[in-house]
Amino acid sequence: MARVVVDVMLKPEILDPQGQAIANALPTLGFSAITAVRQGKRFEVEVDGEITDEVLAEVTRAAGTLLSNPVIEDFAVRAEGDEPAEVDVPAVAVVTAPATDADAADVKAAAAESSTAEKSDADGPA
Amino acid sequence: MTARIGVVTFPGSLDDRDAARAVKIAGAEPVSLWHGEPDLHGVDAVVLPGGFSYGDYLRCGAIARFAPVMGTIVKAATDDGLPVLGICNGFQILCESHLLPGALTRNQHLHFRNRDQKLRISSADTAWTSAYEKDQEILIPVKNGEGCYVADEKTLDGLESSGRVIARYVGGNPNGSLRDIAGITNAAGNVVGLMPHPEHAVEELTGPSVDGLGFFTSVLQKLVTT
Repeated sequence: MARVVVDVMLKPEILDPQGQAIANALPTLGFSAITAVRQGKRFEVEVDGEITDEVLAEVTRAAGTLLSNPVIEDFAVRAEGDEPAEVDVPAVAVVTAPATDADAADVKAAAAESSTAEKSDADGPA
Repeated sequence: MTARIGVVTFPGSLDDRDAARAVKIAGAEPVSLWHGEPDLHGVDAVVLPGGFSYGDYLRCGAIARFAPVMGTIVKAATDDGLPVLGICNGFQILCESHLLPGALTRNQHLHFRNRDQKLRISSADTAWTSAYEKDQEILIPVKNGEGCYVADEKTLDGLESSGRVIARYVGGNPNGSLRDIAGITNAAGNVVGLMPHPEHAVEELTGPSVDGLGFFTSVLQKLVTT
C-alpha cells in the first residue's frame, strides 16, 4: 500500500478569512515575524500497490472532481515522500520560532506523561 | 391538475419541511424526494432546501452534488428546463454541480449570520421570481456561515450584463458576497440559487413577512402557463 498526498489551496485571488484570522492571532502570541497566513487542506490518499503514472492520474482526476472545487481552489498531487516542489523550508525553521523553550518543556512533559500512561495501560489487567 | 413540486431531503437537510410547507401554502403539492433515489416521481419542479447536507464535510454541497437524485436533476434542468430552486445549502449544491457559476465560501467576518434581511429583486424574468417586480424590496430571513458568493470578475460582469443576478442584499451585506449578490440564475432562467430563505417567510405567524411566498407562486404561474 502506498500513499498519495493532495494539497488543496484557495486560489490566490480568493479571500481567505480563516487564514487572515489566524494571521491576526499570531502576533498576540509573540509570532511577530509572520505577516500572512493562507489555510488549505491536505488529503492523504491510500492506494493499492505501487504508485504508477496511472495511479497519479486517477488521483489527479479525483482531486479535480471531488477533493477540490476548481472554481475557487488549486491542487497539487504527489507521492508521499516526494517533496512538493514549491515548498523549500529548512526543518530548523521550526526551532527558531519564539516561545519554543516553554513549548519544548511542555512537549517533553506531555510525552513523559503519555509514555507513563501507555505503560500503565499495558501493565493493566488483560 | 395541481402542480407537483419535489423537495429533496439529503442527510443533514434542515429546511425540507419548511420548503414543503411553503410549496403547499403557495397552492402546489409537495413531493418528498430522497437523495439516494434517482427517480423524480414526475415532479414539475424541484426545491433543494437549506441545511448541512453530509455535515458540510469537504465543502458545503460538495458531496450532495454526487447524490443519485442530483444526477437526474442536473440532467432534467439542463436538457428539459426543469425549474430548480436551491436555497442556502441548495444554492451551494447548485454551484458545486456547475448548474450555476461561482462558489459560496466562508462568511468574510467568519460569524454565522442569522437575521431578517432586506433584498432587492434585480430580475423578475426567472421561473422563480416572476411574481415580483424588478427592484421590489423584500424582507426574508438569512442564516448562513458560508454564504459569501465569489466568482472571478469576468463571471460577475457576465452575470450582471445578462441580468442573471436575481437578488442583492440591501441595508448591509450579511456575509461579504461580491457585489452584494444574494441570488443568481442560469442562462435559461429555470435554475435559481438564493442564499436567504424565502420558505421561512410565508406566514405572518412565523416569518418577518410573507414576502418569500413569491418564489413559490412564481414557479406555479410558470407551470400553469407552459
